[in-house]
Amino acid sequence: MSTPERDKPWLMRTYSGHSSAKVSNELYRTNLSKGQTGLSVAFDLPTQTGYDADHPLARGEVGKVGVPICNISDMEMLFDQIPLSKMNTSMTINATAAWLLALYVATAERQGVAPVQLQGTTQNDILKEYLSRGTYIFPPVPSVRLTTDIIAYTVKNIPRWNPTNICSYHLQEAGATPMQELAYAISTAIAILDAVRESGQTSVEGLEQVVGRISFFVNSGIRFIEEACKMRAFSELWDRLTHERYSVQSEEMRRFRYGVQVNSLGLTEAQPENNVQRIVLEMLGVSLSKKARARAIQLPAWNEALGLPRPWDQQWALRMQQVLVFETDLLEYSDIFDGSPVISDKVKLLVDGATQEIARVQEHGGMIQAIESGYVKRQLVNSHTERMRSIESGSLKIVGLNCYQETEESPLTCGKDSGIMRVDPHAEHEQIERLNAFRAKRNINDVNIALASLSETARNGSNIMLPSILCAHAGVTTGEWAQALRDIFGEYRAHTGIDIPLNDDTRSARVAEIRMQVSKTGEELGRPLRLLIGKPGLDGHSNGAEQIAVKGRDVGFEIVYEGIRLTPEQIAKAALEEGVHLIGLSVLSGSHIEMIEDVFSQLNKIGLKGLPIVIGGIIPESDARLLRENGVAAVYTPKDIDMNRIMVDILNLIRRTNNLEPVLI
Amino acid sequence: MSRIILPEPELLAIAVSGQDRLALANALNLLDDRRPDVRKCAATFLDALLVHQPESIGHLIGITGPPGVGKSSLTSALIKVWRKRGFRVAVLAVDPSSQISSGALLGDRLRMHDSGTDTDVFIRSLACRGESGGLSAEVWPMSMVMLAAFDIVLVETVGIGQKEIDVSKMTDTTCFVVQPASGDSIQFLKAGIMEVPHVIVVNKEDIGVSALKTLSELQNSLRRQTDKEGWQVQALSVSAVLCNGIESLADLLDSHRLWLLENGKFAAHRQRCQSEWLVKHLREEFGNYGIGLLGGEDAISQCLAASAPRRSPISEYESIRDLTIHAMKIKN
Repeated sequence: MSTPERDKPWLMRTYSGHSSAKVSNELYRTNLSKGQTGLSVAFDLPTQTGYDADHPLARGEVGKVGVPICNISDMEMLFDQIPLSKMNTSMTINATAAWLLALYVATAERQGVAPVQLQGTTQNDILKEYLSRGTYIFPPVPSVRLTTDIIAYTVKNIPRWNPTNICSYHLQEAGATPMQELAYAISTAIAILDAVRESGQTSVEGLEQVVGRISFFVNSGIRFIEEACKMRAFSELWDRLTHERYSVQSEEMRRFRYGVQVNSLGLTEAQPENNVQRIVLEMLGVSLSKKARARAIQLPAWNEALGLPRPWDQQWALRMQQVLVFETDLLEYSDIFDGSPVISDKVKLLVDGATQEIARVQEHGGMIQAIESGYVKRQLVNSHTERMRSIESGSLKIVGLNCYQETEESPLTCGKDSGIMRVDPHAEHEQIERLNAFRAKRNINDVNIALASLSETARNGSNIMLPSILCAHAGVTTGEWAQALRDIFGEYRAHTGIDIPLNDDTRSARVAEIRMQVSKTGEELGRPLRLLIGKPGLDGHSNGAEQIAVKGRDVGFEIVYEGIRLTPEQIAKAALEEGVHLIGLSVLSGSHIEMIEDVFSQLNKIGLKGLPIVIGGIIPESDARLLRENGVAAVYTPKDIDMNRIMVDILNLIRRTNNLEPVLI
Repeated sequence: MSRIILPEPELLAIAVSGQDRLALANALNLLDDRRPDVRKCAATFLDALLVHQPESIGHLIGITGPPGVGKSSLTSALIKVWRKRGFRVAVLAVDPSSQISSGALLGDRLRMHDSGTDTDVFIRSLACRGESGGLSAEVWPMSMVMLAAFDIVLVETVGIGQKEIDVSKMTDTTCFVVQPASGDSIQFLKAGIMEVPHVIVVNKEDIGVSALKTLSELQNSLRRQTDKEGWQVQALSVSAVLCNGIESLADLLDSHRLWLLENGKFAAHRQRCQSEWLVKHLREEFGNYGIGLLGGEDAISQCLAASAPRRSPISEYESIRDLTIHAMKIKN
């Protein structure tokens, strides 16, 4: 018997980067030596939102969720001893994608590598940033123009580059059902391809090349059979779309290519070891069907809901892939789902549902308009609220979270480091010092010339990549590049989508009781109870804050929703002007300690000492303790799923602050 | 029961006139408070404030229009222009609340981020708390307090259908915002069903030709329309997002204020706003029956206009309320 021919293994990556370019470079080289076959760079939030490390909004965020890249010397350090001619690098970068790609190209040039040799991916999908994740800077129209510039540039100059990775990943994190994921990702692709076609930067044959370079970044959840069907549905929808709408003749160019990061939304902080089996099952959804198999997979670490993973945790995630690829027989077969009526029925259901929703988005004038009007965001907030309600009610079971909660003490989290990595607290200070040293020794004349040419290009509509590469070589910083464009394009605030109809859950006696008590306390205190909800810092993952805002409204609080990217000064100012009874802040980037310190000092400064603050986010227990000691009234983490209890807590905090007895509900 | 700590009304009035931000915030909280003792304190505070600032000053502007037309972005753009001109600006952003839970989501300040740390800008959001007409009872007294500390006070409200410009009864100048080719509102305006605002703004000029078409349609149909006082209605198109035409809008709004002043109508207009507010809340509390007992709406307005010196809204309301109750007792 002959050995069956094995399918080629996919690219194996780990999303990583933190503290500094030097530390991340060491991490990358270690990971590569362990058998990782590509790099996936995580940038910190100031880099993603176009601020230098010394900008006030960057405080507490430098090096936290990724590596800080302020200029070309950081980029050179990041890829020190990593030959870019051989590397396949994926960069999770969106609003500043053109800039980071320019730095990458310039770094390659300094290594003696021509752009044509480079391989990799820029995420470069700005539209989903307005719906989830939140690292946008400019309004949609100029942002999409930057996206198309990158596409036009790479198709000509870096033919093996994936210029945009259209992300359904973050849509699932924001609550999308599989059908919605399909519909909104395809709608995004339509918006981008239409923009490329209208930009006039490519010919008809050029458009075929562009279609061939479009890749997707997909999420895979725990319902892995449905996820496998979703991937087959994606292939079908993409093939049809590119053939019919863009007249792409070559089947090869119409192939649906995608990378995956499996679901983080479903990972639990409670009994976090169970996340290992969740991750493995989720990986099956995107690898079982040969016809719709991922080109690249990166897995989260088991402890993502606790904090930043350590090198060992990342190694474990990599080994999961290696066991599936090298030990199992998965890669030996042709497609194992072909001919299954169950699968093809399910695929059809998804394709039909998505096709209808795509048409609805087109009725709204396309994806950009449907985002600007808030339509898509509202659909997502609705789905996410549904999900939270079913977890709360127990109809959606999550082991360890809302059932089977009893557990032995975990040896994984009882160590000295509580099972997570901590970024060196000096990283921010050191990065600022390096930045200042870099600024001191560059030729300011070159910088000004390069920036002037960037501004001119931004205004006149030519391709942004060339002046950006010039800026990279001249020593322009990330903050300067972004500011030049902010001055021309303006800044943007996305729709929050929280204006969804109230869920009048009359069956819930508890909700009715809370409503009654909220209203009663309002009468006792003379006026309706008001909460300020917002997100300090640069982290744009607003789902948590949005859910609390909607729930607060549902139980009768008046919610002043401030949205994302707030400075401590803005928070204090809003609390004063709005006369709120309590402030609720959400922080997911790990910068909570610095942030809260500053908020307290701003509140004291303007005479609001004693106003209660509660915090939600990914906050390790030891930090939570510290926050409470520093005066935070309550800390909530992903394991607090009982939203009604949080509402009662908040009510009682307000009562206690105002010398009223707490109520029992 | 929580002990009520009441502020000293005199001191609070002095601090608000002195532009103390914390005092202003506390004063607004005070006006929001419905407890009887606190309401008395609020009345005393407003009277004291009137003593410190007897003249009608500042400019009270209402911005209204259907949802999604870009009112908050327009407000944000106007704030920028006014700040450049050196004016201090306060905003009362009114949003609807849920009829069921009485909770509310107030998200307007989100779109006014640019003024995030400017202490010469003050934004208070207000839920309209299920009242008909889209305006809370608190709007009028709160506007008065804000006017004591800011040059320009802007009241932003959502208006749908014919109720769209209820805010015009409570502001010096009303600005109505429409979208290009937005059928209903423009039809109402043209048909004269809706009360006429002072300024009509066609926003989203950036969308293209349809804004200009809408504008010229409006200008044609409004050519000879004036409001009750004889002001010729004006229309213009702007783009709040691109900050186009905002300077002209600011000029136009101010020209209405100057027109009121030059024609000696300013103080009377404010007094009329106050009587509209009083009658509205009297009607809410006692119905048409109560209004009838006092001789009808016009009689009340005339009586109020005659009463000098001018009194603060809550005191005036309380006394007219006593009158009504007295009349009811006699009747029964």
